[in-house]
Amino acid sequence: MTWLSDSALSRLRAAMDVPDLTGTRYQFLEKLGRGGMGEVYSVEDTVLGRRVALKVIAITDASGDLEKRLLQEARVIAQLEHPGIVPVHDAGTLPDGRVFYTMKLVTGSRLDQRLAELSNLADRLRIFEKICEAVSFAHARGVLHRDLKPQNVMVGRFGEVLVMDWGLSKILRESAFSANVVRHSAVRYHEADTAHGMVVGTPGYMAPEQKRGEELDQRADVYSLGAILQFLLDSLEVPARAVAAIAGKAMAVERAARYSSVKDLASDVAHYLDGLPVTAYPESWVSRAWRWTVRNRAWLLLILAYLAMRTLFILWRGR
Amino acid sequence: MPDDTQIGGPAGRFPVTRGSLLAAARSSDSDERQRALGTLIAAYWKPVYKYIRLRWQKDNDGAKDLTQEFFVRLLEKDFLDSYDPARARLRTFLRVCVDRFISNQEKAAQRQKRGSNQQILSLDFETAEGELRQVEIPSPENMDDFFAHEWARSVFSLAVKRLQDECFAHGKHIHFQLFQLYDIEEGGKELTYAQVAERFGIKPSDATNYLAYARREFRRIVLDQLREMTASEEEFRREARGLLGVEVS
Repeated sequence: MTWLSDSALSRLRAAMDVPDLTGTRYQFLEKLGRGGMGEVYSVEDTVLGRRVALKVIAITDASGDLEKRLLQEARVIAQLEHPGIVPVHDAGTLPDGRVFYTMKLVTGSRLDQRLAELSNLADRLRIFEKICEAVSFAHARGVLHRDLKPQNVMVGRFGEVLVMDWGLSKILRESAFSANVVRHSAVRYHEADTAHGMVVGTPGYMAPEQKRGEELDQRADVYSLGAILQFLLDSLEVPARAVAAIAGKAMAVERAARYSSVKDLASDVAHYLDGLPVTAYPESWVSRAWRWTVRNRAWLLLILAYLAMRTLFILWRGR
Repeated sequence: MPDDTQIGGPAGRFPVTRGSLLAAARSSDSDERQRALGTLIAAYWKPVYKYIRLRWQKDNDGAKDLTQEFFVRLLEKDFLDSYDPARARLRTFLRVCVDRFISNQEKAAQRQKRGSNQQILSLDFETAEGELRQVEIPSPENMDDFFAHEWARSVFSLAVKRLQDECFAHGKHIHFQLFQLYDIEEGGKELTYAQVAERFGIKPSDATNYLAYARREFRRIVLDQLREMTASEEEFRREARGLLGVEVS
């Protein structure tokens, strides 16, 4: 039997890892990284002459569970047509038996990697608003993400923000959209959901009820968004108490104490950016007056300038 | 490629059934049981031998005898009956069994039994000893990783042998040779497909297709072997993760 050196073992591992694209329209370019449940590669779509990202499960699965989950992820994303959600182009099975789907190749960096370039709180909050828009849209279509974290947000070169990795998403039962996804899926309705009591998500960004494996609603994603907001604040030198209060409310242990929807959370952030009061942060009259002054400083300066001119005019007339 | 064990059929050929090897190893059917154990031995004897040499600091002959005796016990006794897949992976269980076995052997001072250097199982220890000279000696605290790494080497070696057998049986000699050149031998990756195609007298497009075929088959064989050697889907995924170096959620 052939002696396999360590370098031969590494080459064999790599050979096993590379998706088999023979006979498909795709040509292998490079490995991009790992997403939930699978690996992501950059491939060339030879028919359309463009680069796309190909996600494929790492190993075949006797139970077919991983295949079902990857396909469900592709179907969920395909139904969520939104600028903040990466579009899916194609899905199928490779010659080596692994299920795959292709999606738009996003050139940019993960939010956690981009943070150092975003020294301004307002810039960070505008990105956060875009994340909220995408998640709120998914909620309106009856889909919970369940694994929101900075590593699952891509910020493109032109400022576009994309919420990635919907592999742990949960389809809410009451949605008409969910019936659509499930009808077109090999996954039966009761299988489309994660079994009750099973814990999925990322510690630190998971709502307490998610950690306990309880039934979830959109407030679980509100919690994760609060954790992302806190992450955006943590490295800032200047404290932003009102924004910290927004993050705190979103991350309340009791879900009844959180924002009831992502829309409400985003609204509070938008109010902060516009210099308006936020529901999460009760202010003293001094703070309120200062915020009013800052917000209306242009008008105030105009009035002050007018008053100064009038005073000078009166003084000049009185000479 | 010569076989370095006769146990479990030629080169430890894996059973064609998709059932668990473990269930077969516990079977009351003697033939099925022997074949399953033979398969396990084919994958594990080299890691066990090397582990005994390094972890237990045994010389060549001592490690040979202990390896022989350990696997003879495995064949004769109901060793695997005490294995609970819920508590540990099979690889870990077997390593712990080796440790217990040697520890008990030393306590009982039964070395005289091994004095005869009697060969019971057909295992090519000289090859294993030669291989051992080519690996970096691990520190004592890294012995578990060493055992896992040598197990992976053993699984991959068996898979390469099986791929060769299957390719040759189907007249796909060039497919295997391309695979060997590109993925096993040093420096093969530096050749372009055009250079390789010229060397084998085939078209460059055929070179890519042949190589893809061999890689696909190799992947299938490795995962089939792994599935047979693991007791549950969870263990399979964990072992695949370790073997392939990938994360599988």
